[in-house]
Amino acid sequence: MNFLVEAFKQAFYLIFHLDRELLQIIGLSLEVSGGALLIAAILGIPFGAFVGLKKFHGRGFIITLLNSFMGLPPVVVGLFLYLLFSRSGPLGFLGLLYTPTIMIIAQFILAFPIVAALTHSACVKVEPDVKLAARALGATSSQVTRTVIREARYGIIAATVAALGRVMAEVGGIIIVGGNIAGYTRVMTTTIALETDKGEFELALALGLILLLISFLINIALFSIQKKGAQKPQWL
Amino acid sequence: MKKFAKLITMIALFATGMQAEEKSIILATTTSVENSGLLSYILPTFEEKTGIKVKVVARGTGAAIEMGKRGDADAVFVHAKDLELKAVEEGYFVNRHDVCYNDFIIVGPKNDPAKIKGLNEATEAFKKIANSKNLFISRGDNSGTHVKELQIWNLAEIDPKNQKWYLEAGQGMEKTLRIANEKQAYTLTDRGTWLAIRDELDLTMLFEGDTILVNQYGVMAVNPEKYEHVKYDEAMQFINWIISEEGQAAIGSFKDKYGNQLFIPNAK
Repeated sequence: MNFLVEAFKQAFYLIFHLDRELLQIIGLSLEVSGGALLIAAILGIPFGAFVGLKKFHGRGFIITLLNSFMGLPPVVVGLFLYLLFSRSGPLGFLGLLYTPTIMIIAQFILAFPIVAALTHSACVKVEPDVKLAARALGATSSQVTRTVIREARYGIIAATVAALGRVMAEVGGIIIVGGNIAGYTRVMTTTIALETDKGEFELALALGLILLLISFLINIALFSIQKKGAQKPQWL
Repeated sequence: MKKFAKLITMIALFATGMQAEEKSIILATTTSVENSGLLSYILPTFEEKTGIKVKVVARGTGAAIEMGKRGDADAVFVHAKDLELKAVEEGYFVNRHDVCYNDFIIVGPKNDPAKIKGLNEATEAFKKIANSKNLFISRGDNSGTHVKELQIWNLAEIDPKNQKWYLEAGQGMEKTLRIANEKQAYTLTDRGTWLAIRDELDLTMLFEGDTILVNQYGVMAVNPEKYEHVKYDEAMQFINWIISEEGQAAIGSFKDKYGNQLFIPNAK
């Protein structure tokens, strides 16, 4: 019991004194997860909207695929990328293994299906009246699309936030492709795994608390966005 | 669309910008070297002297050698001499050198149900543990420690696989020791990890000193003829430094937080 108290004390000490190592690790975490999320949002939102609004052949299959990839196990992504980007693998010549770049790629793969699938369902859920009204008012097809996306914005933001929550908490994939190199590819979750192995619980706990705090903030944001989105549109 | 392309370019620049940096090598090594703190103790001296940043990826010995074999590391620093020499023979590595050593010990429950205390040979101790059917926790992760353990079982002519008393943890030494502690089981451990956490464990050291338990660490460079991209020159600078008088002295002066010397330098 004493040991737990001691570890917590140390953890708070590290947090409040903005320990350099700690800051660097948090910074890289935000950089990797933020970068992955940004790319996933840029590609995933248009893709999800497209699938949600247009009727085309194979649409059902793509939706099923996106939904099942939402639960993609990070270690499998890590393994797959490792084999692909290892020097003996087909993309080895790029020299990306054990760099922050490949960690972004790994997390992008995890975030993209979430952003795309949830954007899709947000667009599908927009009241059909909105589409009809826009068309009745003489909107072109692309204007209709834009109107629907605007109406679905709360759902889309929630999709992005959910994806961020997933990648921030992820450890299995990035520890394989990033290698957990100190000061270079070591992020919050991989540090926690390592420090626990070493029995150095202070830094692990400090990072765990910060990770909890971040995920708490993300969820507050998500909650308030969803609450706002639940209100009826003003013009109805 | 233009805006979109601009954003993508910015992200690409951002991603590559993070990579631009000074000279560096990737050193694949084992958890025992990294977790004990040895590398973070000796590497700054080398990095300052040569300007070469050593990026350490810590895995089990088997995985570390595999990393080198695939060309994903520039040098490896591990402890399974037989495996190392085999990989050199196969042409994957060059310039293997002994660096330092410590030893393995057998730890177990304080009441020693298998009665291995006072024995002279490790194989004898393993036989007694097998006969007692008391739990034995194996690393089970193809690490140097695991390879050594399997070697001893082999010499004792026992096949522990699938025995009820034999559990494979598949994890690092520290976790394996903690599992042994919870289950009051025997296990083979390197002395360094044991010394570092023994105060937290309700286990005791029961066997030490057999020559088979010497734990030799070695370093070697990935063969540049196998992989053109490896940073052979930088890797050799590292190897030559760690076996030099300066590197050896640094290893010898490393102490854990309890003041124990964990590695005895023995490069020739």
